[in-house]
Amino acid sequence: MRFFLQRVAFYLFTAWAAITLNFFIPRLIPGDPVQALITKYQGQLSTKAIESLYVLFGIDKNGNVWSEYVEYWKQLFAGDLGLSFAFFPTPVSEVLSDSILWTLMLVGVTTILSFVIGTGLGVLAGWRRGSWTDGLLPVTTFFSSVPYFWLGIIAIYLLTGPDSFFPSGGGAEVGLVPAFDMYFIPSAIQHSLLPALTILISSVSGWILSMRNMMVTVSSEDYITVAHAKGLPERRVALGYAARNALLPNVSGFALSLGFIVGGTFLVEIVFSYPGIGFQLFQALGANDYPLMQGIFLIITISVLVANLLADVVYLFLDPRTRKEG
Amino acid sequence: MSAPVLEIKNLNVGYGLGDQGVRAVRDVNLTLHRGEVLGLAGESGSGKSTLAYGLTRLLAPPGVVTGGQVIYHPAEGEPYDVLGLSDERLRKFRWAETAIVFQGAMNSLNPVHKISVQLTDVLRAHEPKMSETSRLARAREMLKLVGIAADRMDAYPHQLSGGMRQRVMIGMALILQPQVVIMDEPTTALDVVMQRQILGQLIELRERLGFSVIFITHDLSLLVEFSDRIAIMYGGRIVEEAPAAAIYRDALHPYSKGLLGSFPALRGPRRELTGIPGSPPDLKGMPSGCSFHPRCPKAFDPCAGNIPVLGRPGTGDGRTRSVACWLHPTEEPVG
Repeated sequence: MRFFLQRVAFYLFTAWAAITLNFFIPRLIPGDPVQALITKYQGQLSTKAIESLYVLFGIDKNGNVWSEYVEYWKQLFAGDLGLSFAFFPTPVSEVLSDSILWTLMLVGVTTILSFVIGTGLGVLAGWRRGSWTDGLLPVTTFFSSVPYFWLGIIAIYLLTGPDSFFPSGGGAEVGLVPAFDMYFIPSAIQHSLLPALTILISSVSGWILSMRNMMVTVSSEDYITVAHAKGLPERRVALGYAARNALLPNVSGFALSLGFIVGGTFLVEIVFSYPGIGFQLFQALGANDYPLMQGIFLIITISVLVANLLADVVYLFLDPRTRKEG
Repeated sequence: MSAPVLEIKNLNVGYGLGDQGVRAVRDVNLTLHRGEVLGLAGESGSGKSTLAYGLTRLLAPPGVVTGGQVIYHPAEGEPYDVLGLSDERLRKFRWAETAIVFQGAMNSLNPVHKISVQLTDVLRAHEPKMSETSRLARAREMLKLVGIAADRMDAYPHQLSGGMRQRVMIGMALILQPQVVIMDEPTTALDVVMQRQILGQLIELRERLGFSVIFITHDLSLLVEFSDRIAIMYGGRIVEEAPAAAIYRDALHPYSKGLLGSFPALRGPRRELTGIPGSPPDLKGMPSGCSFHPRCPKAFDPCAGNIPVLGRPGTGDGRTRSVACWLHPTEEPVG
């Protein structure tokens, strides 16, 4: 329990540091959003409108950084992330809650699927080392070294087109309202197939490779020989002894990749114009939309930290050696 | 001498096949009798562990048994060849008939499972009809037998000391009441006090439960004390086999003499310790004839040319012992 509280304290500190950085970094980017809006509306804004924009965005007062910082924290706790400049006047929190579900559904599901499939295949390949499964290795090495987005571009090039079943981009058919109905869901699934496959193929290979190698390492441990000598069924030795121990390093890798669900696959979303967080960040960057950027960075930071905390907790359950006595 | 329980006949074990392969165990003939402790000694690389892994079919590739038989005599029923068992029968044979205590006391237990789980999963695999409560009771009983408090059942391996872990392993080895227990350097990772304590306990348990032991070690002094008979291995062959006392008093093979000369006696007159010059032979390029002849102080004409056969020597107590050396040519080969 003490260990757990120590970890929580550590993560709270890290979160504070990250959020503070998050506050400062956008302010160091040159340019300001009102200028960007003026350009966007091509000078059709009156002077008064421009002034009121400055007030609205809260960048009218040349207040000192400290008071802005305090204000920023107050707003954070109220759940107010400010107004998006690019989707003005939609609040950032609303933009995020619209897009985060897309990302979670696409990348979340594929990350979990690829971990489960990859680990399973890795256990098999490691246990049956020397059989035909070794022939898969060059293929997995190839796919795990190929970047997601490149695979995505290739997929779009080869599989999409006017007559193709696969749409080349977007989250669902244009004009459909997101809802749990028979029009939206099939269309959303159809649109997510290609990006999902792209992520799955390139990430599953990494899991297969690392799990196989851990299995091979663990298989030469003394307790595996003992398990064989005990006359335990093959399944029990493979799963309860070898895979159970080989899984440990992979679990922390999995927690990290959970943390990167939100932030890790920008390029896939951009390639497929998928309306998730990554695509949103891409647009925010183009529009100097720093409230939105801050909001996205905040979410990425928090999800990475939460995933790490999760990894620590899961590790406590999986590996008795990490549990301190007393 | 009592009835045999395990007969090793012309066993050959190698690593790899063809030209690249090496022969780690060559034409070994050895018989383990009911209730005895048979010591197996030799330098590193002499093939003693390979012999143990080979006869239980636990060799990891590229290790392969290239020939011979391992005849096991069960308590009831016909003897059978372990090397010819089907996978399923082999699985049933393991641990129930022949249990092994391995070298690495530290790494023989699975770090993520409790002691109780690792003790009971043997029972679950071999006696599926046993109830969970009687399994746990049996596991607790075994811990008590090796002198570990029953509350350690819920401990994880890392919470036990090296000596305790090795005792858990011994308890685990005895849980199905096997007839043969193979000890592969069971105490090398432990300090000398713990060594004696654990071995003393084992010998006591053997008298109580009546199993036979094959005790593998490079520490001949331990064997002299704890075993009934000793077989000395060199270069994959057994070069001498005799009752422990006979080896200690009057070893016939120069290699056995060399091993005995390399540790101090506790009692008796002070004497100069001597080692064996040179190093163990390379398995890939075995010397011709007797593989010990390049290092042997007493090598003479026939040694380099012909391999001596293991057999009864012509000396007084020749009935109970055998040796493979041209100094003691035999007319009655073993095996």
